[in-house]
Amino acid sequence: MTPSIIALTVICIIVVIGSLLGFLARFHHEMDLEQWTVGGRGFGLVLVWLLMAGEIYTTFTFLGASGWAYLKGGPVLYVLGYAPLMYVVSFYLLPPIWEVGRKHGLQTQADFFELRYGSKYLAAFVALVGVVFLIPYLQIQLTGLGLIVEVASFGGIHRTPAMIIGFSLVAGFVFVGGIRGVAWVSIVKDVLMVISVLLIGLAVPHIYFGGIGNMFAALASAKPAHLIMPGSTRNLGHAWYITSVFITALGFYMWPQYFACAFTAKSGNILRRNAAIMPLYGIMMTLVLIVGFSAVLVMPGIRDSNLVLLAIVRKTFPSWLLGVIGGAAALTAMVPAAIQLLSGATLYAKNLFRPIFAPNMTDQQVAKVAKIMVVVLTLGALVFAIYTSPTLVDLLLLGYAGVTQLFPGVALGLFSKRVTTAGVFAGVVTGISVAAVLMLTGHDPYDGLNAGFIALAFNFVVTGVVSLLTPARVAGFDETLPALASSPPGTP
Amino acid sequence: MKRPSLGAILLGLIPFAATCFSVALWDRIYPMVLGLPFNFFWLALWLFLTPLCMWGAYRFERTTDDPNDEGGAH
Repeated sequence: MTPSIIALTVICIIVVIGSLLGFLARFHHEMDLEQWTVGGRGFGLVLVWLLMAGEIYTTFTFLGASGWAYLKGGPVLYVLGYAPLMYVVSFYLLPPIWEVGRKHGLQTQADFFELRYGSKYLAAFVALVGVVFLIPYLQIQLTGLGLIVEVASFGGIHRTPAMIIGFSLVAGFVFVGGIRGVAWVSIVKDVLMVISVLLIGLAVPHIYFGGIGNMFAALASAKPAHLIMPGSTRNLGHAWYITSVFITALGFYMWPQYFACAFTAKSGNILRRNAAIMPLYGIMMTLVLIVGFSAVLVMPGIRDSNLVLLAIVRKTFPSWLLGVIGGAAALTAMVPAAIQLLSGATLYAKNLFRPIFAPNMTDQQVAKVAKIMVVVLTLGALVFAIYTSPTLVDLLLLGYAGVTQLFPGVALGLFSKRVTTAGVFAGVVTGISVAAVLMLTGHDPYDGLNAGFIALAFNFVVTGVVSLLTPARVAGFDETLPALASSPPGTP
Repeated sequence: MKRPSLGAILLGLIPFAATCFSVALWDRIYPMVLGLPFNFFWLALWLFLTPLCMWGAYRFERTTDDPNDEGGAH
């Protein structure tokens, strides 16, 4: 058995076991649209935790963050900065979203916009924004999956067949098991990921330097500038850090798949407690970064920074262990991809296709269109991933800057009656335009500030001004729910 | 919707102040703590302190009904 066969066999076994769990999840549950998309709103603390952790730690955080620590140094700390803060934001946003969601049977982010702003066109526009910006995010997962197999096979297997097989499995368990299937695959993925990260995060600095402290001491004397901002970059300084952390923390739950996670919970308190404990999961990120920093002195000169983590694992550990870590990394691509597919497909079918083209469709028919859309999105992302690659990071950054523009519509919409449909429409269009112009013309960061932050600032101003110039709408969840609006603060 | 209470919002602002806006104060290598550069240590520390703040906020914000109660009607 050559090392590559051992590694690949282990990866295959892990991926197959994980996928089987996803397929089996449908037993004992009738898969109607409600069950398929939001798990019947019956998830407790553990499943919500798994689902959120499962999708937030994507292959990009795993491979990308260690690559950034290696390539850019200090600025990578923004990952540790936003990780706890996005949960702080979720603490205030998700429980009220959950509450309206339960009362009105909401399943998607666009459902929320339609209820609050009473416009199916705004809802369809929000759905379109979500689906469009999900595609580059899907591509990232696909490319990550391809890289893992390519490295594990020592270049023997090209990334294209690996991407096709991996994504067929993903589409399969999403198709059959829905969100419940994804949550169950998350269990395997989380256990393996925690073990792998603990192992490499502690073992790599120990083997090469005799410990984490020695590693940082060596790096601090060899390349002190690498450890603080702007590190090995010219323009990622403190202003960039503040604006990037800020916008990522605000924007994270604007991704339609993360937003929809709120609807799976059994109660608002579960989401609040989840927000309080999730920052602890960031410990995993510190270890991933330590591996990236170790590689600076151990393996200088790696050109593709996304390969850093896998390359040092391959250099350090026996091939079966490379297989286990590769399998964990493969699942970190597949689980988020599954949720992205599920959200994108549901958004398209429910909020774009039905209201605009086929208003008489039943929920069963919507579920069918959504399942067809799972296949279409899978194929679309595959085609993009196979035929384009160099601008993936740019696309992801654009995607982030794009979905974050939904923040004013959600946050102001929840807590203020004065925000209007026209205001949100104008704000989102302005924000996305500003972000697109700055990023596509190579002006990110602009004057040291994250371009998405500048776009969000314009968005807030336009949303506010246009809202004040247009009449407030007398409907939405507050007015239809007098009991909810006037409920006393439930503080003990 | 009911807005979060002032106490809960103030508790949520603490981690923002400590890890986001104040970067210029703690972005340094020395003193190293527990073998970590100071900026790395500071952010890692707040992975533990943020849950404490949010637990405090939770005590302000939690709804009084049983969280696992299926109905949960107010």
